[in-house]
Amino acid sequence: MPELYVSGAALGALAVAAAVATLVRGPALAFVYPLTALAAMALGIVDLRVLLGGGELTVWLPIGLPDIGLHLRLDALSAFFGIVINGGVLAASVYGMGFDRAKELTPRVEPLFPLFAATMNLVLIADDAYAFLFSWELMSLASWALVVARHTDPESRRAGYLYLIMAAIGTSALLFSFGGLAGPAGGYGFDTIRAHPPGPLVAALVLAAALVGCGSKGGLIPLHAWLPLAHPAAPSHVSALMSGVMTKVAIYGFVRIAFDLLGPPAWWWALPPIVLGAVTAVLGLLYAVFDRDLKRVLAYSTIENVGVIFVALGLALAFRANGQEGAAAVAMAAALLHVLNHSWFKSLLFLGAGAVLHATGRRDLEGLGGLIHRMPRTAAFFLVGALAISALPPLNGFVSEWLLFQAVIAAPALPQAALHFASPAIGAMLALAAALAAACFVRVYGIAFLGRPRSIEAARAHEVPMVQQIAMGGLALLCIAGGLFGSVLAAMIAPVLRDLVGSVLPNSGSGPTAFSLIAFDPERSIYDAPVIAFFVAIASLTTLLVVHRLSARRTRLGPAWDCGFPDPSPATQYTASSFAQPLRRVYGAVVFAARETVVMPPPGDARPAQFSVVLIDYAWRVLYAAPSRAVVRLSERLNALQFLSIRRYLVLMFAALVILLSIAVVTI
Amino acid sequence: MNHAYEISHLLAGVMLVTSFALLYQQRVAAVLNTFAAQSIALALAVAWAAWSQDRPDLFITALIALTLKGIVIPVALHRTVARLGIHREVEKVVGVGVALMVGLALTGLAQALLFKVTHGTASHAREELALALSIILMGFLMMIVRRNAVTQIVGFMSMENGLILAATGARGMPLVVEVSVAFSVLIALFVFAVFVFRIRERFDTIDIEALDRMRGDRR
Repeated sequence: MPELYVSGAALGALAVAAAVATLVRGPALAFVYPLTALAAMALGIVDLRVLLGGGELTVWLPIGLPDIGLHLRLDALSAFFGIVINGGVLAASVYGMGFDRAKELTPRVEPLFPLFAATMNLVLIADDAYAFLFSWELMSLASWALVVARHTDPESRRAGYLYLIMAAIGTSALLFSFGGLAGPAGGYGFDTIRAHPPGPLVAALVLAAALVGCGSKGGLIPLHAWLPLAHPAAPSHVSALMSGVMTKVAIYGFVRIAFDLLGPPAWWWALPPIVLGAVTAVLGLLYAVFDRDLKRVLAYSTIENVGVIFVALGLALAFRANGQEGAAAVAMAAALLHVLNHSWFKSLLFLGAGAVLHATGRRDLEGLGGLIHRMPRTAAFFLVGALAISALPPLNGFVSEWLLFQAVIAAPALPQAALHFASPAIGAMLALAAALAAACFVRVYGIAFLGRPRSIEAARAHEVPMVQQIAMGGLALLCIAGGLFGSVLAAMIAPVLRDLVGSVLPNSGSGPTAFSLIAFDPERSIYDAPVIAFFVAIASLTTLLVVHRLSARRTRLGPAWDCGFPDPSPATQYTASSFAQPLRRVYGAVVFAARETVVMPPPGDARPAQFSVVLIDYAWRVLYAAPSRAVVRLSERLNALQFLSIRRYLVLMFAALVILLSIAVVTI
Repeated sequence: MNHAYEISHLLAGVMLVTSFALLYQQRVAAVLNTFAAQSIALALAVAWAAWSQDRPDLFITALIALTLKGIVIPVALHRTVARLGIHREVEKVVGVGVALMVGLALTGLAQALLFKVTHGTASHAREELALALSIILMGFLMMIVRRNAVTQIVGFMSMENGLILAATGARGMPLVVEVSVAFSVLIALFVFAVFVFRIRERFDTIDIEALDRMRGDRR
């Protein structure tokens, strides 16, 4: 088993890198990134071999709790998620190699980076609840330390604090979940759990706890509040890892529990992930459309994508519970491919945002603009990512969204009334989310890269180092290739589908071309990416040619058409906020109680007119601010208990004793 | 053999009656005398158990109870009270009537609980245990309805009497445990005594509410 030794050596190398990096300072820290890249490559190759070659790797190490030790197992599902994670880690490490050795390496980031990568891999290969929770918590802590790497910034500190609380809540929910799975006998090994599926009531509790635990890590609304603060607060290549990859670990956790450990599903398990996912998808993008911070927009868009994936997982549960394995395979393939695709384009976009941040020092969209002239390559890569995340064919985002909509269209065939009637609404919400995603990324790309620079920094921007361009370019290539050859990816995940839902997608060979992606049968549901790409290319080239010819013939000189640009100030351009205004008018008034106020000074007054918008985040107000106020108030009340007299303490003890005895009398 | 249990129940019942008596005593000296009576009843009960169950090691327990709790501690406390010249009246938090009613309720609770818990086992041990639990709860009650530090000590000791009664009723508790319990109680008594002297030195009273006034944080 050479794979076993390779992956063990790679994980060991990551641990050693983390340890050594805590000891050295300055430019010497640069060794971390090449080493992490190599380790990620090795781990990714092992994962790929296991996924393609079948079989699984298992190992037991006598580390950890006595009698339990550490069970590790790499099966098809873990291998697939391992590919997702190590791809993201590889790109982020290559990007990190481009850092300026003198200025950008800090002892607060580099030691934790390989640790973060290693812990994410450990979560995937854990085969008992103890190993899973331990590595999960270690992953949370490593990412938390990366979030607060710039701890001098109060925003970072606040984000880190909120993240720590939410991570604690999530892990305790998972602890509860595994406690329910292990049952009274306390079998914490995954094979024991698999052999003894819990009863319906316990299963419901386990599922709810898993949804809270994994949903809080993935950013499922209403557990999302930390994510748009914490992900952007980290350095950009870490943001790419957290958004592109760590949310996938959360999804892995949910898939592992709901599809593998919990036994055969009941149909109503599907409702919470579907409903929460759909709400998350729409709300996440509404947040994204209104936000002005480039990295925060990307983080909100991550929330949307996690919601989309949860909808697909919910549909897969519903189909599987009703014995429709073919449709379940379509929904599951949509979820898994979206996991893979999102890790690619979200990492690409975050690295692009990092490049913009590096070049201009700004994350605020209102201060950017015109970057396509000064950073042409980054602009091109970012455009690929933006097109992919907007699910435009022939890029990879479209493949998974297409599969998802195929599953949604098949959902009315489900026998349960709730699912039957919910599916059109879910389809409509997903369509709305897709449209909003396109609007959101038109806005981001248009404001940041097109037009004229809105600040001196943006005007003086420069291209990032070659190695960082390679990282982004590689991801952009993957986005394009994943779009063209989606059927190949679908064939690759067949072992995972067979394990989880017991069926696979139809063989692409039965379609008209070698690369047709077939959801149900080649007659009615087929997506042929290369053909579509060919026609898209022909159509755009023809249009380009025609427009170029016609416009070239009619060139004429005259006064500049100045409508909209009466003076050359960049402030006359569309801003990020003004671009979002129509959407804010339509959705913001309901969802965020958006209120616009215009202060117009009277004639003769020299003050400028002012326009301000107030948005209220109800989720924060109701679900976070109110409970935290209640906790503070309660603890202030309970604080009085610290200052009682001895006799009163005795009374409390006596009362507790008598009450317990009375309960014993009543219940025994 | 039947009368063996009747006699042990009688002695345990005497202890329970003295527990009630402790609750309504008005003067410190009377409280101490009642406690001495309870301890002597305990010593007799333990000795009877030692004889009837043929467990000679219990005689040692009985001897400890008699000398320490029946004689040494009450005498020491009498002398302390006399030396300190403290109030002979016991300050109460709740009235005697209420305290007795609560005590009655606690006894009922203890009987109900023990009879339910030990359902199906030998009857004589059940009654003995129920009486012991009542005595323990009444000792606790005594600690919280009185303000006087000396009466708190007596309440604590009375709880301990109940514990030893339970221990002799339940067969198989080794002598070592009983001895260690006795010694821990003795040490607790020393601690209490030192505190009482300290309180007295500082505040000219052993009303424990004075401690709160000294701390000055709430009233």
